[in-house]
Amino acid sequence: MEEKFDAAIVGAGPAGISAACILAERGVKVIVLERGEYPGSKNMFGGVLYGRSLERIIPDFAQKNCPIERNIVESRLSYLSEESSISLTYRDQAFFEKLQNNAFTVGRAKFDRWFADQARARGALLVCSTVVTDLLRDGAGRVVGVKTDRADGDLRARVVLLADGVNSPLAAKTGFRPEVKPGNVALAVKELIGLPEEVIDERFGVSAGNGVTNEILGNVTLGMNGVAFLYTNRRSVSLGIGANLSDFARERVRPYEMIERLKLHPAISPLIKGGKPLEYLAHWLPEGGFATVPRLFGDGFLIAGDSAMLFNALHREGSNLAMASGRLAAETILEAMGKNDFSSRTLQSYGQRMEESFVLKDLKKYRRFPSFLETHRELFTNLPRGASAAIREILTVDETPKKTRRRAAFEAIRGRMTSLRLLRLIWDAWRSVR
Amino acid sequence: MSVKVEDKLFLDRFNVDEESHLRLIDPEICMGRCQEQPCLYICPANVYKRESERISVNYEGCLECGSCRIGCPHFNIDWRFPRGGYGVRHKFG
Ligand SMILES: Cc1cc2nc3c(=O)[nH]c(=O)nc-3n(C[C@H](O)[C@H](O)[C@H](O)COP(=O)(O)OP(=O)(O)OC[C@H]3O[C@@H](n4cnc5c(N)ncnc54)[C@H](O)[C@@H]3O)c2cc1C
Ligand code: SF4
Ligand code: SF4
Repeated sequence: MEEKFDAAIVGAGPAGISAACILAERGVKVIVLERGEYPGSKNMFGGVLYGRSLERIIPDFAQKNCPIERNIVESRLSYLSEESSISLTYRDQAFFEKLQNNAFTVGRAKFDRWFADQARARGALLVCSTVVTDLLRDGAGRVVGVKTDRADGDLRARVVLLADGVNSPLAAKTGFRPEVKPGNVALAVKELIGLPEEVIDERFGVSAGNGVTNEILGNVTLGMNGVAFLYTNRRSVSLGIGANLSDFARERVRPYEMIERLKLHPAISPLIKGGKPLEYLAHWLPEGGFATVPRLFGDGFLIAGDSAMLFNALHREGSNLAMASGRLAAETILEAMGKNDFSSRTLQSYGQRMEESFVLKDLKKYRRFPSFLETHRELFTNLPRGASAAIREILTVDETPKKTRRRAAFEAIRGRMTSLRLLRLIWDAWRSVR
Repeated sequence: MSVKVEDKLFLDRFNVDEESHLRLIDPEICMGRCQEQPCLYICPANVYKRESERISVNYEGCLECGSCRIGCPHFNIDWRFPRGGYGVRHKFG
């Protein structure tokens, strides 16, 4: 392409589109390059977006036909052993009214397309079916554009925003950040299971477009460091499960077998009974936390979203970190345009903006969380079994004195884990989120 | 437990390119030096299969997750995205 742009954005996901919206609104000449045939065609996630983050980009998104599946009013956390489940449920009237759309489910094929349309309406140019294959650099090594797989492939821009997600062969090739290691990503698979709207309403105790999220931990990941989830959409549920990629390699577990097993679990199968599988997808999550966040800028470029490994595993937040980082990158680009300087000297203020925002504050706070999960395998092996056996003891009513029952409950855990190990677990858990 | 991943991939839409975006750099390494052959297990689409004398690559069903690229201990996979517009095409995501 002959034309020169102010900003070229790689990737039409939440990070790239957030930046495009803000830049286009301010009259910046911006182009977004997306490898899929349409935005979202390559993307999948669990399904929860956060309204307060989206509002910062599109204030009236709910009135603008944002393709919301269900407004989340209830969050469940379940800890599963092979045969049992312990659950904690939080439902709050506030989520129906005051805090409506605090969290809501979407499908990426629809949402990303809608979001990109908002950027286009503001004047951004979106070019799909185009893979960015390399970065263009000048003699001094400054990034001055991108190379694409189109015939008229090269595209020049004053600044490039890398918002190409966690799986980045572009990073591997150009080194704008290190290639990820198997221990720093989770591989997740998800199945979309179709069910009539009324059936979902009834099974999850909701109505009128409201829904439930269920995070699932325990033996379901077959001893591997991972989680599963079941989220409600309007006429389907998303069932997914993932684990650390190096665990998959070591344990030789096949992802599609693991999800099939999950479907048969006695706590899950009644919720998806009679459902029709509609789609099967796979994607990575950046799991390394703060330690794996690269330098976020360089001469002529910035990195946002999953591409910068921004993911809060404890709170299942990624899309909001992507949107916030895209927004802060756009603000930095505006500043650089004002100064007419796109060197790292000016772009470093993106680093400061990120440090001051919840994005890096949260990741820093939870920096010990990834290694906590890695070093406490019992969370995925013996602890769910022990906890279940203990509760079973306490709930079994057969005229055994409670004192005996309580001792048996204690033994159920101690037989699987020493007291010292248990104390260590509690201590490390507290430290990792403190 | 044996699950046919083909039944799952059947649900998905693909725009298959004639040319593969995945290539084994040196097939000798697969059959010689690679003891673990993790590509046979980690791939969510079962793209890599063990034939009698080689590993076959059924790129048509690739879900483009990237796992084989970094999971191959010998970095023996030349991994590209499918050309723009080709490959998997999510309906819901
Ligand atoms: C199983 C799973 C569950 C999750 N659940 C949640 C959740 O419930 N809530 C939440 O907030 N987050 C969740 N996340 C995380 C969330 O999906 C990500 O954090 C978020 O999508 C990151 O947005 P992004 O814009 O940075 O990257 P992406 O959404 O990955 O977008 C990157 C875009 O760039 C395009 N692209 C990549 N390379 C190129 C190239 N070379 N040329 C052109 N285009 C390219 C891609 O096609 C894609 O459209 C989940 C993730 C997974 C995998
Ligand atoms: S893991 Fe790599 S080297 Fe081993 S068999 Fe697979 S492709 Fe070949
Ligand atoms: S990218 Fe993922 S789906 Fe494709 S072949 Fe590699 S592991 Fe399999």
